[in-house]
Amino acid sequence: MKIRVHITPRKGVLDPQGQAVSGGLKSLGFSAAGDVRVGKVVDIELTDVADEAAAIAMGRAMAEKLLANDIVEDFDVHVLP
Amino acid sequence: MHFGIVTFPGSNCDYDSYHVVKHVLGHEASFLWHKEQSLEGIDCVILPGGFSYGDYLRCGAIARFSPIMEQVKAFADRGGYVIGICNGFQVLTEAGMLPGALLQNRGLKFICEDATLLVSNGHSPWTHQCPETIVAPIAHMDGCYYADKDTLGRLEERGQVAFRYATADGQESPEANPNGSLNNIAGITNEAGNVLGMMPHPERNAEAVLGDSSGAWVFRSVVQSFLEGASA
Repeated sequence: MKIRVHITPRKGVLDPQGQAVSGGLKSLGFSAAGDVRVGKVVDIELTDVADEAAAIAMGRAMAEKLLANDIVEDFDVHVLP
Repeated sequence: MHFGIVTFPGSNCDYDSYHVVKHVLGHEASFLWHKEQSLEGIDCVILPGGFSYGDYLRCGAIARFSPIMEQVKAFADRGGYVIGICNGFQVLTEAGMLPGALLQNRGLKFICEDATLLVSNGHSPWTHQCPETIVAPIAHMDGCYYADKDTLGRLEERGQVAFRYATADGQESPEANPNGSLNNIAGITNEAGNVLGMMPHPERNAEAVLGDSSGAWVFRSVVQSFLEGASA
């Protein structure tokens, strides 16, 4: 089973990369582009997990312990098809 | 006094730190490979600058799981002196030994320049010998100090801000803040004061050939603190 962990800068935390991307989009004519947040995607192949719920629980544990820094980042975990 | 300098894969300021404490200040110094499990005989641990584990995932995120870090934590909990410089500061925040986090610089650029630091709390074990300002080079991409409002308030209240970015004449100012750090913070201590993290490199300005050598006062301060503690 494969899971995907999405990590994004926590709301209220300065994201200069997002600001630069937003500016870039606007200058390309995408005037609708507002606030942009740039994050990370981590795809993880899991072996020997019972079911989707167990996979998501494991992904959350991984994110809490290593993949995300909860002081500045939020995350969510999905099972990939 | 015996300094232990931790070498992670990717550390690159370990020799600079070793040189300063051993050859400039004349103390004992040993390198500690990150897989070592003992800090026996060490009086002060230096987590040096560099790019531990290639800065993969987040700066310091992998290094905090190195075997030696358990020992470093226990050492700090017993009151042992620990300084994290640049990447070492990032490791200390990732390890939860100091509050907050270091984010990418506001300007999205790696910055390499001298920084004048205002000593914000001159009573800490790391600053009590320092003049009002010291000069220490910065060389980082992720040096923007962030902590939530409550944490920041507590840091200020308890005098845990050791250094702030300042103009060359020693005025704290947002214009002198190179990276967007909240409250112009360049370095903080833990509540007890025995753990210091700072983004600027005091070891790179510790002898006259490299500048005004004012970075050496950080190390001299902790030596004095240690000796006073040992004789008390």
